[in-house]
Amino acid sequence: MSTRTRDKIDALAKTSADSGGTSLAVDALKRLSRNPVAITGAVIVTLFLLLAIFAPLIAPKDPYVRYLIDEIRQGTPLGGRPGFPLGTDQEGRDLLSRLIVASRQSLIVGVMATLIGLAVGMVMGTLSGALGGWTDTILMRFTDVLLSIPSLLLAISIAALAAKPGQWTVIVAVSIVSIPIFARLLRGSMLAQRGSDHVLAARALGVKERTIVFRHMLPNSLSPVIVLATLTLATSILEAAALSFLGLGDQDPNRAEWGAMLGEASQRYFDVRPEMALWPGLAIVLVALGFTLLGESLREALDPKNRR
Amino acid sequence: MALLDVRDLRVVFHRRGTEPFPAVDGVTFSVEPGQTIGLVGESGCGKSVTSLAIMGLLPKRGATVTGQVMFEDTDLLKLSDRQLRDRRGRDIGMIFQDPLSSLNPVIPIGLQVTEVLQRHRGLRGKAAKTEAEGLLKSVGIPDPNRRLGEYPHQLSGGMRQRALIAIALACRPRLLIADEPTTALDVTIQAQILALLRQLVEGTGTALIMITHDLGVVAGLCDQVNVLYAGKVVETADRHRLFGEPRHPYTHGLLGSVPRLDSPRGEPLAAISGSVNDNIPWTSGCAFAPRCSNAIDQCVEQTPALEDDGLRLLRCFNPVAPETAASQEVPA
Repeated sequence: MSTRTRDKIDALAKTSADSGGTSLAVDALKRLSRNPVAITGAVIVTLFLLLAIFAPLIAPKDPYVRYLIDEIRQGTPLGGRPGFPLGTDQEGRDLLSRLIVASRQSLIVGVMATLIGLAVGMVMGTLSGALGGWTDTILMRFTDVLLSIPSLLLAISIAALAAKPGQWTVIVAVSIVSIPIFARLLRGSMLAQRGSDHVLAARALGVKERTIVFRHMLPNSLSPVIVLATLTLATSILEAAALSFLGLGDQDPNRAEWGAMLGEASQRYFDVRPEMALWPGLAIVLVALGFTLLGESLREALDPKNRR
Repeated sequence: MALLDVRDLRVVFHRRGTEPFPAVDGVTFSVEPGQTIGLVGESGCGKSVTSLAIMGLLPKRGATVTGQVMFEDTDLLKLSDRQLRDRRGRDIGMIFQDPLSSLNPVIPIGLQVTEVLQRHRGLRGKAAKTEAEGLLKSVGIPDPNRRLGEYPHQLSGGMRQRALIAIALACRPRLLIADEPTTALDVTIQAQILALLRQLVEGTGTALIMITHDLGVVAGLCDQVNVLYAGKVVETADRHRLFGEPRHPYTHGLLGSVPRLDSPRGEPLAAISGSVNDNIPWTSGCAFAPRCSNAIDQCVEQTPALEDDGLRLLRCFNPVAPETAASQEVPA
């Protein structure tokens, strides 16, 4: 072999070696950015987040001011007109502004409920998977009880227990529904890790039990949980809207909420102004769709079977 | 004095609704410092269970371990979980079969090496990193500094096995148990890994227990070989004697079933008929009898004992005669 060939080979080897060094997360992100479904989901979610964060700046009018109080007769909402593209509600407040501001409620309730469900579910799942035995049995029978009740029914019952329904009762009701799902999923994935070769190998090295749980079992069990959290954002938003729709949501008149808006429009004004129900309904569907698309593609991206 | 002395080791698995299953049935062997011992047999003969029992890695529930595992002056089976955990990785290292699944996929190689260094040698931070780098270098991993930051999936198969060996050697254990360390690798890498293991044993005086079904590995590496069948040792001899003159029909069959490059074309491969599951319990005879071409009536009536004839230990009533053994012809 000539020296020139030798040099070429060395150069090639060097470039191919330098291209390494990607972690799981970077790898998954790369794959996400090539997936049109993921991009659609991400765009919807980003728009929703921007809308919620900058709602007061984006909303053309104050959502809580009764503008056209004189024109409203017999409490009938008004249709679109200059300055009020989507019309007003029965009290003369701008519907578009209310829709925009209501995104905040969905975001807060969805995120908080998911975080609480995730936190409590993860603690339960980790304890169950790490300790096994009686702890596992007791915690899992508890999740069985919760899982045996249909989720919306459970949320309704919990919300109905509250003396004074408000934002927090909705958050708590929705999060309790998601706790057993997180706990179950994490427990299952921890158990699978317990039997894995690398945990046995760590044990053979004398690694302490605590380190095995938190360094070797938990991090390897997280990817399905991350995916579930994204999907739970969607279901939490849906469930919170459902509670509000049924009148179990936030009763504060100064907080617009999609579910409540949809409920009012569809139950009281559907014959007069059916399109009034359309907008909040569409908003709920879109946001739920966005999180679901993102979650699904995240699941695909994190699936080790797709790794090369 | 032997470094590790395993005496009458028994592992019985219990499962509800089934008969207790003796996976390891009174195995006895010992390892001297610097010596390499082979545990050989088919899948399911109890090799891996033996190693897990020595390390105390079998599940508490469902498995009963009895006998004696003397590591120097202590019986490992009598140690508490905590005491045993302090010894694992420090006194005894272990290398597993599949290097990819034996490494934690979500943390970098470096952390997996320094973890052991910190656990048993109290090394932290920069000192641990320097030591880890040296370890990777000593097992022949080029550019160790870069490898420390990489994840297992970024390494090649041979590289991963080298990394695992580095981790097992991190605390300079006096005994290394290698459970089929080359099975998941291709032949060229196998040879490299075996050469590395031999070099380590010779260089550091570490004792090595080599668990394998690959007789080529045994031939190249082991000083003494224990052939296991259905949880019992059936033949023990030094490598030259075992290969040159196998006496137990099972050993003989194992050697005969290795495909040979110089055998005439078209000649069928010799195989031991049946599987390790077609056995009779050792309590009522010889477990190998149903598959044995040399079986006589006595084999199904009495349990053969492991007898020492000065050259080897043999558990057989009707061993293969030395001259047929030498010609390595297996009856069809």
